[in-house]
Amino acid sequence: MPVRISNGVKTWQRYDRASVLKQWAGWLATTVVVLFCWQLIAGATRWEFVADAPQQLAQFLSRAFPPRWSYMNQLWRPLWDTVNIATLGTIIGVAVAFPTAFLAARNTTPHPIIRPLALLIIVVSRSVNSLIWALLLVALLGPGILAGVIAIGLRSIGFVGKLFYEAIEETSIEPVEAIRATGASGMQVLSYAILPQVLPSFAGVTVFRWDINIRESTVIGLVGAGGIGLNLDAAINALQWSRAGMIFISIFVIVLLSEWISARVRKAII
Amino acid sequence: MTTPSALPRQRRWSPPPLIRDPWRRWAVIILSIGYLMVGLSTLNINWARVQRGAIRFQRMLAEFLQPDFVSRWGDIQAGILESLTMTVVATVIGIILSVPIGFGGARNLAPLPIYLFCRGLITLSRTFQEVIIAIVFVIMFGFGPLAGVCTLSFASIGFLAKLLAEDIEEIDPAQVEAIRATGASWLKMVSYAVVPQVSPRLVGLSIYRFDINLRESAIVGVVGAGGIGATLQTAFSRYDFDVAGAILIIIIVLVMITEFISSYIRRRLQ
Amino acid sequence: MQICFARRWRHCCFDAKMHVYNQCTFVIAKKELDMLRIEQLTKRYPTGDLALNGVDLEVPERQVVALIGPSGAGKSTLIRCINRLVEPTEGRIWLKDLEITRLHASGLRRARRRIGMIFQEYALVERLTVMENVLSGRLGYVGFWQSWFRRYPQSDIDAAFNLLERVGLVDYVDKRADALSGGQRQRVGIARALLQNPDLLLVDEPTASLDPKTSRQIMRLITELAREHGLPVVINIHDVPLARMFAQRIVGLRSGVIVYDGPPEALVADTLTTIYGEEDWTDSQRADEPDEPVEQELHLPQQALTASG
Repeated sequence: MPVRISNGVKTWQRYDRASVLKQWAGWLATTVVVLFCWQLIAGATRWEFVADAPQQLAQFLSRAFPPRWSYMNQLWRPLWDTVNIATLGTIIGVAVAFPTAFLAARNTTPHPIIRPLALLIIVVSRSVNSLIWALLLVALLGPGILAGVIAIGLRSIGFVGKLFYEAIEETSIEPVEAIRATGASGMQVLSYAILPQVLPSFAGVTVFRWDINIRESTVIGLVGAGGIGLNLDAAINALQWSRAGMIFISIFVIVLLSEWISARVRKAII
Repeated sequence: MTTPSALPRQRRWSPPPLIRDPWRRWAVIILSIGYLMVGLSTLNINWARVQRGAIRFQRMLAEFLQPDFVSRWGDIQAGILESLTMTVVATVIGIILSVPIGFGGARNLAPLPIYLFCRGLITLSRTFQEVIIAIVFVIMFGFGPLAGVCTLSFASIGFLAKLLAEDIEEIDPAQVEAIRATGASWLKMVSYAVVPQVSPRLVGLSIYRFDINLRESAIVGVVGAGGIGATLQTAFSRYDFDVAGAILIIIIVLVMITEFISSYIRRRLQ
Repeated sequence: MQICFARRWRHCCFDAKMHVYNQCTFVIAKKELDMLRIEQLTKRYPTGDLALNGVDLEVPERQVVALIGPSGAGKSTLIRCINRLVEPTEGRIWLKDLEITRLHASGLRRARRRIGMIFQEYALVERLTVMENVLSGRLGYVGFWQSWFRRYPQSDIDAAFNLLERVGLVDYVDKRADALSGGQRQRVGIARALLQNPDLLLVDEPTASLDPKTSRQIMRLITELAREHGLPVVINIHDVPLARMFAQRIVGLRSGVIVYDGPPEALVADTLTTIYGEEDWTDSQRADEPDEPVEQELHLPQQALTASG
């Protein structure tokens, strides 16, 4: 924090001149970039549509609410499918992520060549959204729950795997050394010294991802991969807004419920 | 055989089970197996379709390995650019909106009505998957990137404002009291005692949210909210796997680059 | 008191006989006697630090050796080189007639079963129970699935119970290790090392995280158990009075070189200066003097009790 003396008067400034200039340049550059981007978006927008957006919203809301409660009877099955997709997908994701994480963690990888391969699996799975995985799998396997389960599973590998291997890398070395010093084999060191250390965080991550997966599996039906998204797609295409409203409400409830369960379980683990 | 009494030093030991109460333990085991059976049975896999998918998978893999960047380069370029601009604008708007909502959602700063309103907004944004929010914004603004920008901005609130509010609730109250003791007003108290405590993490989270927004911007196009998603969906529905492969590679590389930059910046901030 | 005296006397005789024996027999015969033999051990870390520089050390059976020296002298590295938790750069190490430095994966594992190790921060697996921690000393002897399902042979479990009884933790069998106090944890660590049924005990700063009283109890327990099992012990310890109290031989290490090797009685201020550097050591010795006899008296009845019991 520089103190400048001009005309015998000390003035205190938080930053010196160079860093003030640098900050201003940074702000200016950010503003320019944002304005440029905004212009591109504004150019691609039809503003007469935007002008009556409030009307559109009001119309949509008035048609969607109150929802058609009786439609709920047809939603139980899709909701059940949605939960199944999320749960089975999480199981697949964790089952693949578990060994991958041990291959990817710096302290447990069997060979330095295997590590980048495992990391590649994790990065690719993470970068591709579950909806894109669903697009791909629907093209491969045809529409249905199976495509959804695998899509959710594939996306979960990266998320779960990354958090798993970070947990493995954070384990303390002392128990590992101690178990190794008893003459234990590599797998025994993993199961006795590493696994007990990471198991609680593994469980927490799994439940956390399950909760996210419930949210994700509500939309993969929009591309045909099963679950309540299929009904939403049908309702929107047929402009049956009262049904869509019912679907929105059921999604809201089920996601809140899963979030509550996941928070409870994670608190119980810790 | 020797009787146990002849060998008083022989003591049995087996590891304590995870769930002590045997009734509950068996209930949990049986329920999990039962759920798995029922859940798997709802998959109703169409094996003929899967078989065709396997053949298609080979074709897809072959075409993925020689991605076609050229034939639809115009669409791809426009889509990617739109995704990027949407991400930039939406992240900035999201931050601007999240700060007041985050402050309003902190119980130690905001009065109850404001707190409830802000928390309600946060919950609404967190509960619905981006694509569902995008549907509503497309209804309002019509097709195009503006709907996408609104979607991502709104979704950012659920992430940034929530974490910001939680951060504010956990700040050190001693500093607040120290500033308040100098006779500072509410605004001064916030800017001197609260902002310095939460701003480093807010910057880190904002950069992290930029990553997430980029990933999500690739899918909101599926419902017409702009970005590369629409092009990708078209490619998949036409089985143009070489084009889809090209788009996926671009997405993965972009996400990896931004993730690398953002983790670098976040590390430097710490 | 009498029993204890008799015991001490026997030890003296034994030591004296050993001494004569060592002096009279051939070098080859002597080699067979040494449980541990280290030749020209050198360790250079990838950072370039020379932690050990040509260390020679021989430990005969049943001898308790204390390694002392300032931090960074290479004590910990020396101990870890013996079971190759740290890979030596040069030099050779024998456990009796087995050259440890020449072993590969599975041979090394088999050799490690014969070397028990006790750690500074106890190094227990905190989320496992006391029994699981102790039984992990048998991991080298059981297969993976056997250890995964905790199906240890009954003889191992009996031995584990006996050891836990000996260290006074038999009531804590199914407690998790993180529920124990520091002293109790170190007792679990001791039991784990001894359950290996080792030929040699390595002890790395066993008292660094313990209070003075617990430190003495732990040191006493280690040396007593070593005597009961007839084990040689290499203890790496920074507390000179403790080393004097419990070791039969003291080895001083400075900058990776042995600068002192002799009985505790010969460790005078001058030698401490060679080991640790310039400091007024007389003061610390004076402080020890009134303390030690008192401790010794406290120490003796306990020993008498264990000897008679």
